[in-house]
Amino acid sequence: MSSVETAILPGGIVSRPGSTADYKTGTWRVKRPVVDLNKCTGCLICWIYCPEPAILKREDGKIEFDYEHCKGCGICSEECPPKAISMVEE
Amino acid sequence: MLVGEVKSIRELYGLDLIAPGHRACAGCGALVGVRQVLMASRRPLIVVSATSCLEVTSTPYPQTMWKVPWVHLLFENAATAASGIEAALKVLSRKYGRQEHYIIAFGGDGGTFDIGLQALSGALERGHRFLYVCYDNEAYMNTGIQRSGATPLGAATTTSPVGTKIVGKTQQKKDLLEIVAAHRIPYAATASPSHWKDLANKVRKAQSYDGPSFIHLIAPCTRGWYFDPSQTIKVARLAVETRYWPLYEVENGRYRITHPVPNPKPLEEFLKVQRRLSHLLLPENAEMLERLKAYVNERWERLQRLSVCFA
Repeated sequence: MSSVETAILPGGIVSRPGSTADYKTGTWRVKRPVVDLNKCTGCLICWIYCPEPAILKREDGKIEFDYEHCKGCGICSEECPPKAISMVEE
Repeated sequence: MLVGEVKSIRELYGLDLIAPGHRACAGCGALVGVRQVLMASRRPLIVVSATSCLEVTSTPYPQTMWKVPWVHLLFENAATAASGIEAALKVLSRKYGRQEHYIIAFGGDGGTFDIGLQALSGALERGHRFLYVCYDNEAYMNTGIQRSGATPLGAATTTSPVGTKIVGKTQQKKDLLEIVAAHRIPYAATASPSHWKDLANKVRKAQSYDGPSFIHLIAPCTRGWYFDPSQTIKVARLAVETRYWPLYEVENGRYRITHPVPNPKPLEEFLKVQRRLSHLLLPENAEMLERLKAYVNERWERLQRLSVCFA
């Protein structure tokens, strides 16, 4: 675990929202999704079906992956309408 | 803000209320569904969660994936906690002026169909303003795939295995939405993460009512249904396209099928992709398959008749 808060608050309160982002679930991955930016249309279908979320929109509207957190399930590759995402062995 | 119909995916971008790094399995259907519900929800939001996969994977202490106030209570009382929060906010509004908050309670199928049913019924009857979302993965997945009231006929679980005496679960699935609708609440609906626009609009509609509302969400489980993690959304879509999971809503007692399936795929296509149900396709289990098919057909025909009645 990258960071463990040492101060335990009364009542089991966790005071920092979204703190699981410290934990890099990307190490679970067996296959890595790779996007072909020539085919990507920026429709964001992959993003709406990502369980993490580990897909981000770039400034030009296309997508990129957050490899620190992507678990490599491959839903994005299955659902991508123009088939722009392929799964590559790590 | 965040009212009216969701028309495009771009309206939802940036509205995520969960952080990555949660410990759900790769390809978890529940997390896809929960994420979509939260994106569509109005704000400010308070979330209550029953003990479930969602609770265990979302808050590995001392971390949390939630970016909204979140409460975890016992297995049975997500609905009770939600009603308590709503009542407290009412008192605060009376004392200090209007406190506009939306409350969503999440429960798994075990925490809703079996363990939390009486707490849910009580909260619906008292008429608290909150949305209850049951994400249904059709067994107790968190503790190791035991059968629940939501497990469909013939499904293999660790407590209803396929063997010489029985072939999977011997009883039908409980029709929870009918039980909920019988409370005459303003809004109840089924949804699937594969049909995200339908889901998002149902959340918006549910939160527009000043009373309890309920959404029953299918959540394919890669570990418990035994399919490849990449197939999660495909399985959810097949459930809808084979009429196994009809997408409908009950709005003020009026039934409406929100996603008509005029040419359904054969139920076998949904069964063959999951190892928990694929044994129903063997010739010796033909009778079981017929029973499941009859259940699915009867349910669809009944819904169709009801939605015609109210059209």
